[in-house]
Amino acid sequence: MNPDAVKEKLASRFGPDTIEVEMFRDQVIVNVPCQKIVNICQFLRDDPEMKFDFLSFVGGVDRMPESPRFELVYQLYSTGSSERLRIKTRATQDEDGAASIDSVYCVWPSADWHERETAEMFGIVFNNHPDPRNLLLPDEWTIHPLRKDFPLMGSDQDTPDLSK
Amino acid sequence: MSQVTSKIPEVKSELMELNLGPHHPSTHGVFRAVVELDGEIVVNVIPYLGYLHRGFEKTCENKKYHQVIPLTERCDYMGASSNSLVYSMCVEKLLDVTIPERAQVIRVIMAELSRIFSHLFWLGTHGHDVGAMTPLFYMLREREEIMNLFELTSGGRLMPNYIRIGGLAQDLEEGFVDRLKAFCDHFDRRVDEYETLLTKNIIYIDRTKNVGFLSLEDAIALGASGPMVRASGLKWDIRKSSPYCGYENYDFDVPVQYGCDIYSRYLVRVQEMRESNRILKQALTRIPEGPIRAKECGKIFPDQQDIYTKMEALIHHFMLVIQGVALPKGEYYQCIESPRGELGCYIISDGTSNPFRLKWRAPAFVNLQTLAPMSRGCLFADLIAILSSVDIVLAEVDR
Repeated sequence: MNPDAVKEKLASRFGPDTIEVEMFRDQVIVNVPCQKIVNICQFLRDDPEMKFDFLSFVGGVDRMPESPRFELVYQLYSTGSSERLRIKTRATQDEDGAASIDSVYCVWPSADWHERETAEMFGIVFNNHPDPRNLLLPDEWTIHPLRKDFPLMGSDQDTPDLSK
Repeated sequence: MSQVTSKIPEVKSELMELNLGPHHPSTHGVFRAVVELDGEIVVNVIPYLGYLHRGFEKTCENKKYHQVIPLTERCDYMGASSNSLVYSMCVEKLLDVTIPERAQVIRVIMAELSRIFSHLFWLGTHGHDVGAMTPLFYMLREREEIMNLFELTSGGRLMPNYIRIGGLAQDLEEGFVDRLKAFCDHFDRRVDEYETLLTKNIIYIDRTKNVGFLSLEDAIALGASGPMVRASGLKWDIRKSSPYCGYENYDFDVPVQYGCDIYSRYLVRVQEMRESNRILKQALTRIPEGPIRAKECGKIFPDQQDIYTKMEALIHHFMLVIQGVALPKGEYYQCIESPRGELGCYIISDGTSNPFRLKWRAPAFVNLQTLAPMSRGCLFADLIAILSSVDIVLAEVDR
């Protein structure tokens, strides 16, 4: 996929200052503002030249101590053209450190479990998600293990050893 | 004579919630689902995951790159070599090293053997789930032979841990090629035999045809990949659409079915075993001589023989064990066609010798999302067949 074509296409639709496109090892990475994430995803799915109809995964990255702290990664695939594209954005963060971003469930229903997993692992709220329960962790856990400041071996208070 | 009164009490109807699992033979691991039933009709399925969650991604972030390989194989233990393959390829891409031809061919052999291995076990247990006891015993016979082949490569029967960053752990054992040849020669006839058990079996067809319907549109929207989406009519195989390991040089077909049901998934997987065997036969004729690991000082482990005889090799080996290999800053997403679909590994490197972030795109995890949409409106007994047709490995779903 040609990075300049992607940049031009997205810039003409969403404004030139907002989109940054980079290329690493032949893979195209698009950095977008998180306020427009749903619109951009919708556009990438429906535009006849893009047609990214398949979402491979949604993942989170903890960039502590940077601010805003949490990065979100969307890996897309087009079943028609076999092209791949990666979108990255930073979740908005308020003064208390709570991060949130709009859910892309309405664009790709496959985002459902990926977003639930990312939400519990990093403590990011996905707005408008239809089912924001914990997926892999117990319901009563309020910890976020994939954050960089969470200890690798867990803590006695938050992740008690059930066998004791 | 007294009047006989026959007053029929008012029929009460309410949904029943039934708990399935987490320990149940049909869930193939520890998977729990709460099923809402209206009589025998499934109204909704709510899956509960996480019983096998062991923090794979967090663990990886705290390991050196070469220490991650055994962990990856424990995600999908049914197609173990596919996991170490995708991980190694992702790291190699970030390191920017090329793999010798001999290693590439042997990697293809390992990947295809693990595909047959996984499909065989799926076929056996799937038959078992719908009431056919015999297939499992047939499948385990060939599966045993593949395990023997795995054992020959590196000692591990289920998870060989044979593919390493930069190539392979060691060269092929003497006799491996001959035994694999013998396996390939008789395997096609064995598949014929399996098909006599199920393909035209009227009971099996009744249980599976037009059950578990998943339209192509839904399959793509829900992120289904591999045999799941090929049984719904999309001819998409990553070995063809973006070839790796030299798959573009092999002659094989991508089986597609249009029934969108369990029976189609069965047909696709059976045909895939035949195609894998075709690839294996071709690979056997083209294993070249040469090294089995890239020679990149300070990046890839040197050969065992060199460590014993050469000072530099010993130093490099020591440094790699103690410090690991520092990958250049950057990120890469590598995906391959695993037995279950798009298996992906996304690594962000911050320039140190541990992955800054490793995201595992497990195909079974994504495919399992189709369970609820497929099961609504089906009979409860069909739910078991549908769950089985997704081909889940819980270790991969929960990671």
